[in-house]
Amino acid sequence: MNLALSEKTLMQVDKPARYIGNEVGSIIKEKSKVAIRFALCFPDLYEIGMSNLGIQILYGLLNSYDDVWCERVFSPQHDLEQIMREQKIPLFSLESQESISQFDFLGITIQYEMCYSNILQILDLAGITLLAKDRREDEPLIIGGGPCCYNPEPLVDFFDLIYIGEGEVMLRELMDKYQANRENGGSREDFLYEAAMLAGVYVPRFYEVEYHEDHTIAARRLLRAGVPMQVKKVACPDLTDTFYPTKPIVPFIQTTHDRGVLEIMRGCPRKCRFCQAGHVYGKKRERKAEDLVVIAEEILKNTGYDEIGLSSLSSSDYSQLKELTDALMDRLGQTRTNISLPSLRIDSISLDIMKKVQDVRKSSLTFAPEAGSQRLREVIGKGLTEETILTGARAAFSSGWRRVKLYFMLGLPTEQEEDILAIGDLANKITAEYYDTVPKSERLGKVEIGVSTSFFVPKPFTPLQWAGQATVEEFREKANLTRQGIASQLNQKSIKYSWHETNESILEAAMARGDRRLGAVILWAYQNGARFDAWGEHQNPAIWEAAFKAIFAENRLDIAFFATRERSPDEILPWDFIDCGVSKDYLLAQRPNR
Amino acid sequence: MKVRIKFAKTKAAKYIGHLDTMRFFQKAVRRAGIDVVYSRGFNPHQVMSFAAPLGLGLSGHGEYFDLEINEPEADRDTVAAELAKRLNKEMCGGFLIVAAKPLAEGAKNAMASVAAAAYTVKISEEAGLPIDWMSQFEKFMNRQEMIYHKVTKKGEREIDLRPLIYKTGYSTDNSGNTSLSLLLDASSANSIKPQFVIEAFFDYIGQQLPEYALSISREDIYANTGTAEKPNFVTLLDYI
Repeated sequence: MNLALSEKTLMQVDKPARYIGNEVGSIIKEKSKVAIRFALCFPDLYEIGMSNLGIQILYGLLNSYDDVWCERVFSPQHDLEQIMREQKIPLFSLESQESISQFDFLGITIQYEMCYSNILQILDLAGITLLAKDRREDEPLIIGGGPCCYNPEPLVDFFDLIYIGEGEVMLRELMDKYQANRENGGSREDFLYEAAMLAGVYVPRFYEVEYHEDHTIAARRLLRAGVPMQVKKVACPDLTDTFYPTKPIVPFIQTTHDRGVLEIMRGCPRKCRFCQAGHVYGKKRERKAEDLVVIAEEILKNTGYDEIGLSSLSSSDYSQLKELTDALMDRLGQTRTNISLPSLRIDSISLDIMKKVQDVRKSSLTFAPEAGSQRLREVIGKGLTEETILTGARAAFSSGWRRVKLYFMLGLPTEQEEDILAIGDLANKITAEYYDTVPKSERLGKVEIGVSTSFFVPKPFTPLQWAGQATVEEFREKANLTRQGIASQLNQKSIKYSWHETNESILEAAMARGDRRLGAVILWAYQNGARFDAWGEHQNPAIWEAAFKAIFAENRLDIAFFATRERSPDEILPWDFIDCGVSKDYLLAQRPNR
Repeated sequence: MKVRIKFAKTKAAKYIGHLDTMRFFQKAVRRAGIDVVYSRGFNPHQVMSFAAPLGLGLSGHGEYFDLEINEPEADRDTVAAELAKRLNKEMCGGFLIVAAKPLAEGAKNAMASVAAAAYTVKISEEAGLPIDWMSQFEKFMNRQEMIYHKVTKKGEREIDLRPLIYKTGYSTDNSGNTSLSLLLDASSANSIKPQFVIEAFFDYIGQQLPEYALSISREDIYANTGTAEKPNFVTLLDYI
């Protein structure tokens, strides 16, 4: 396979191995023998995208179909983007190194709101018409999927189709419809109409939205008879017989996680009120421990990894956790393979498991109380009590741990000063617990408590979806107050506080709950240089501020309407047309009292 | 038992750095199910040592590493050949196992054995070499001294390249392009890169070597079985 980039170009760019493909596990097919060519895109750098399990699942699944060849594409870094523009090199896939514009589908996984500008970079560099309505018959069909598709509206200008739910369910049928339409000589529009009839498939061009004068949504209308008003999310009822990527691609370069991944279950039985994943991913579905052990062995044999990590939303709720880790230890013990655990709720059972599989001296414990006070934890439905945390910490300290990480959110609904100050109190109590539990002679060093706060971003399909987000100024004050609260503690020297910048959270909030009118804002920001907004060093809040102004100044609409405004319960929300298995009534009932 | 493995790193693999190359081989050894020896200590790792890192963008046709495997019962040569075959099935992207041979008890490891390396250097047309560059290169080589200013992190250092160039020659490929062959010192004390020689040559003919104008391939790595004055170079595969 000839590389798309010249030797000279590859020598000029940072980490050229991002662009060469050819890894163990990557799949080459004969293009004359496949009917459908599918480019699978994670719109961020290679090393980020390749750490995503979803990409590996979809890649393996689509390539398990004989008539489909699925290849990968990621965002080129700035240095390469510049060269591609200067030399008019079209964006290419890693496997065949051929131009994306020749593919039948470009599937983009949309994992976080901060990648929206990168999506346009991908389309643009591929030479694909940015606006779906203007695309020619021979251009690839652009299909979106992933968590952000539970409110795809800000992106619908750029997508032909949005897939809502788990790929295993409907991708085969979607490919069949495409093939059938082609054989019948149908047009792009004909295929999209057929596709819109499938559960889980949303074709935005068949709908239109009207707005009230106060900018809220007045109505959604069908533009084509027969397409469903409600689009239903699709999910596998049971994971037992679903495809598992036991021959994942092994990157040449170091990615975020250099290990095999075992997805032990999907869904989450806890319904923390701020958590979108917990609500939209449906009921808990476990894989059997005995199956997972076989899968783990196959992955390790096929990849040569010396580490396997468990993955799920809430691994402590996996009913066979102890059986699974015991069986993995037993089967892999002789092969010098490490098992890496996700963060578990700390109790005696999990400490037992953790002690067995990891080095206590090096690892740290993680607690996610999310809020400092018991009152606020109850508001957000996080059933973790102070007593549970302190008991867990005590048990951990006496087993040898001395590093603890604590995660909190600032700006939660109903939050008061005392809730924020309680963060410092809680951190201090944990510190004190260490000195009370571990006698001086047995201490291997100082206790280290890391407190980290993020800013609350209200998400669709959660009981907090109506909440207004705090403003940038309020967030700064809250972070300051947190710091003061920690600084006033007796053991403040053992507590390290860190927080993320605020601009990202505001933009994230606007995109998360935005509507179709944001498409123009995203386009403007992209055309004026927005890229890689998730990367601190590339963030450029001024571009986005200007974009909102440029598009909305005339209609007196602004970012606050999307981010900080509290929604009324009877408002039509942009994502109401999606049926993801939780009703609006249920969410309203779960909404905390103000 | 230690096995010396000779491999090639060409095509896409050229763009994979040394650390990633090591990680690639560690995983390949595990996939191949080779009974490798692990170091002791808190972080056991495969006992694997590479002869000399190859710079990013260079292809290599005679690269080496030594691998320690648990003492086999079968004949050592057969075991090494079998190992090469199994490991080769795990190669991809321009990595290839060329050969593997057992190392004699007490043999020097690959890294400590390195004395010289042979390179082929293709100079792109962009560099604008004069038509008679070969005769100029001969004159350049006939000088007693060849001072090169090596820029390092600590500053600049003068090296006389001449005694570190053991042999030069030319080769012409199918499309009529002439490449330069260089046998250069690669020992830990005096190692020089082929770029140094080309830069010095461009300096000599009063031209500036443009960036990215060289395409370099390391053909093989040698040990010295002679003396410093009268060297006798044998490839690491034969120095076992």
